[in-house]
Amino acid sequence: MTKSNDRLLLEFEQPVAALEQRIQEIRALAEENDIDASEQIRQLEAKAEELRREIFSQLTPVERLQVARHPRRPTTLDYVQTICDDWFELHGDRHGQDDPAIVGGLAKLGEQPVMILGHQKGRDTKDNIHRNFGMPNPAGYRKALRLMEHAHRFGLPLLTFIDTPGAYPGVKAEAEGQGEAIATNLQTLFRLEIPIICTVIGEGGSGGALAIGIGNRILMFEHAVYSVISPEGCAAILWKDAKKAPQAAAALRITAQDLLQLEVIDEILPEPVGGAHRAPLEAAQTLKQALLRHLKELSALSGRQLREERYQKFRRMGAFLELSE
Amino acid sequence: MSLLDWFAERRKQTSLNLTGSSPFDKERQVREIADGLWQKCPACDTLTYTKDLQQNWQVCPSCGHHHRITAPERLEQLLDPGSWQPLNEHLAPTDPLHFFDQKPYSERLATYQERTQLKDAVLTGLGNLEGIPVAIGVMDFRFMGGSMGSVVGEKIARLTERATCDHLPLILFSASGGARMQEGILSLMQMAKTSAALQRHRDAGQLFISVLTHPTYGGVTASFAMLGDLILAEPGAQVGFAGPNVIEQTIGKGKLPEGFQTAEYLLAQGLIDAIVPRTELRKRLAQLLSMHRPRLHVSLPAISSEALTLQPML
Repeated sequence: MTKSNDRLLLEFEQPVAALEQRIQEIRALAEENDIDASEQIRQLEAKAEELRREIFSQLTPVERLQVARHPRRPTTLDYVQTICDDWFELHGDRHGQDDPAIVGGLAKLGEQPVMILGHQKGRDTKDNIHRNFGMPNPAGYRKALRLMEHAHRFGLPLLTFIDTPGAYPGVKAEAEGQGEAIATNLQTLFRLEIPIICTVIGEGGSGGALAIGIGNRILMFEHAVYSVISPEGCAAILWKDAKKAPQAAAALRITAQDLLQLEVIDEILPEPVGGAHRAPLEAAQTLKQALLRHLKELSALSGRQLREERYQKFRRMGAFLELSE
Repeated sequence: MSLLDWFAERRKQTSLNLTGSSPFDKERQVREIADGLWQKCPACDTLTYTKDLQQNWQVCPSCGHHHRITAPERLEQLLDPGSWQPLNEHLAPTDPLHFFDQKPYSERLATYQERTQLKDAVLTGLGNLEGIPVAIGVMDFRFMGGSMGSVVGEKIARLTERATCDHLPLILFSASGGARMQEGILSLMQMAKTSAALQRHRDAGQLFISVLTHPTYGGVTASFAMLGDLILAEPGAQVGFAGPNVIEQTIGKGKLPEGFQTAEYLLAQGLIDAIVPRTELRKRLAQLLSMHRPRLHVSLPAISSEALTLQPML
């Protein structure tokens, strides 16, 4: 096994990796000695698959966080290229900048022209630096704003893909009004009279995620996470120790199952065994089918109704007591 | 000597600077600060008689430093006596995640409720400001750092809806560390909820003035605080999305520009309309309000009445 593969292997996958290593050895040995070990290998492979299924069915929140941040996890552009036709990327905020951490453009999903917006993480170190690790600056949110307005004007459904550690915390970002850029997107998304479907594909990092995360439907991949603050940040503040991130990850309730229970998301998209990165095409098909199904449902509503439904959906979120006076 | 002169004289006498005082004086001062009789200004070190500070709305008479002010004090300063009509006082926080860090969230809530005599971090209601009816919400930083959880979001959304419905101008004072971590994703969604209500207020052609006070950060900055038709700030208030500590982690300690994220910095960056000292706020708000008399705007038809097609009036 090469060193780079080691890095891509998550700690809790070690037992499966060990088993797969053994299968490799047996296969090599069998070939060398010209022995038929296919039956034994088949059994071991089935066992490995079973083990992986078992491990992934009981991931802890912090383990899910690792899957959601996996360097090979499919990104917005990976999904767009698999599920859409006629992708035409659109650039720029028209105020002097184009932020590569958010991508947007026109495409066809089936026969339907749509507007697509998503955070974009890099596929390797160089790309990640270019993409700022998927952490947008105000220019990114303003590009998104321009494209969502465009979608509204031309009646195009808006599909967004969420995958960011958060909005970028930097001096320039603050000087250019990071807070204002996010806030304006939140407000504008409630005005659009088009169907909006948001999917959390990886990491949903706080306000930076929400800024393209208000829709009529909120979907979430099985191992994606969505949180008000990164578990590391939360641990540093509340436990005064960033190493307590596993405890914070559990306390914050960041998994898809948690969010479904809290009525923040509408549907969990199942992932291939071992996570979306192990079978990206399979994950993409699941995504495409879900998007088509929800788009079809939403197409029955008028622009006004879509806007009203979205308002009511978010208006209900939260938990508080109404004491009798 | 008139009464005003007497106050001025006394203020001069009592506004002592610690440096240069005898050790005995220093000791007495420390004791009296502890008694709450005196307060030392963190900006200029001047000691001020607590009552004088209160009368000056917690603004240092010597250097103009704005101390934090509680929500009840703020309302008292701004609204015409007897006009305050609180709304949704019966909304109280709960612990939906059963959040536990060093202490259970429910225990923290009880502590803050007892200490502040507030149910959560915002007061909302109706009142008159120099005779002009307004809907007003004021955050109180004492309550868990003014963090926004479900109660704060819901009260602001309800206040905004009330303002829209009654054609009232809306004023929101922010003072917050951001979203409340202990309510997890539900806190994040309050950013959406408050922005949604403000979108409707805006659509109805109604005015919203946001006043930023020290400090305002995170999810509050990235939602209602920066959505004002007009945005004012108090002098020296620190306002931003990411906290300075977080930014220093990426760029290195001590590398932040001078005055970074202060109201003055925001003004220079074109992010806010004006800086208004607290002592002038009431007058200046009234001035703005008087130039935006409520429009009896025809509000958008509700969804149920959508079937009613508009007949051209001939």
